[in-house]
Amino acid sequence: MGSRFLWNVTRNVLTCGLIGLTISDRYAGIAPVRGLSMVPTFNSGHSTSERSFKDDRVLVTKFCLEKYKFTEGDIVVYRSPNDYKEKQIKRIIALEGDWINVPNSFETLKIPRGHCWVEGDNPTNSVDSRSFGPIPLALIEGKVTHIIWPPQRVGKVEKILPEGRLISY
Amino acid sequence: MAALRNLLQWKTIAKEALDRTLIVTKFLCILHVTDKYLCSSFHVHGPSMYPTMNLKGDVLLVEKFSTRLGKLVPGDIVMLKAPDNPTRTVTKRLLGMEGDQVTFLTDPHIESSTKTLLVPKGHVWVQGDNLYDSKDSRYFGPVPYGLLEGKVFYRIWPLIDFGSLNQGLWK
Repeated sequence: MGSRFLWNVTRNVLTCGLIGLTISDRYAGIAPVRGLSMVPTFNSGHSTSERSFKDDRVLVTKFCLEKYKFTEGDIVVYRSPNDYKEKQIKRIIALEGDWINVPNSFETLKIPRGHCWVEGDNPTNSVDSRSFGPIPLALIEGKVTHIIWPPQRVGKVEKILPEGRLISY
Repeated sequence: MAALRNLLQWKTIAKEALDRTLIVTKFLCILHVTDKYLCSSFHVHGPSMYPTMNLKGDVLLVEKFSTRLGKLVPGDIVMLKAPDNPTRTVTKRLLGMEGDQVTFLTDPHIESSTKTLLVPKGHVWVQGDNLYDSKDSRYFGPVPYGLLEGKVFYRIWPLIDFGSLNQGLWK
């Protein structure tokens, strides 16, 4: 009786895990936002970069990975080009073929094919394309669409594009 | 009375439908997890890995855990997403890990056109076996490790070449 019950519980847990993993891989998942790089969009009530239970949780959808269609201003989750185990959340500023003013220099740069330029919303506290350059789109793992935690900040994430960064012809 | 019987009948049908759907869902989930975390097959074509792979195209088995666990070594054949096109998957040979010094020919027709550089942190150096017709790190530079999808370990088609790959280091 006891072992049968245990077997049933294990089987149900395994099934739920399997379905959960598939859904979070293919359709949508939940991710915590660590650090201050996206203040004020995420983690705006924070004063330190320590991880805490007050960190924002966001909904990451994966439908965009079928065609890799993004627009400037989208917030994405991607694997850091310097460390594949680390995932980062940043905003896409420019896509392939765009010309961009490189911050803190007088250079302009054309984003190469299949790449994009990502930056945090908080330029003073963010490691992003300003230090490692454009990243391949293939590193992107999903698009952030909603904040789902804490309750008072639940809502859709706005698409914002900083002024005067892209050069239009 | 008849209405109650009807209701009961509907209940059994609904329950059975739910059970069947669950079985199909579970099956699809197992397929997805196997494909993503354990092993998948991949059809490769193009000249860049000739002569290791046939020009007409091979079907390969790719295992996913070596990449995830960081167990790859130079000489392995890997599957990766092309850095210039995220929807394209290519196979290349891993020739340098982060911190390695790689020397390569910028033009394979000229012996003296060698160039040496250091592979930066978190990146790898990949090259096709066919130096003359391969778009690889010589063209787009070191690629982030995060682009690697898996390690090719077995060829299942064509049957005449059936067997394991990755034996020994390629020169």
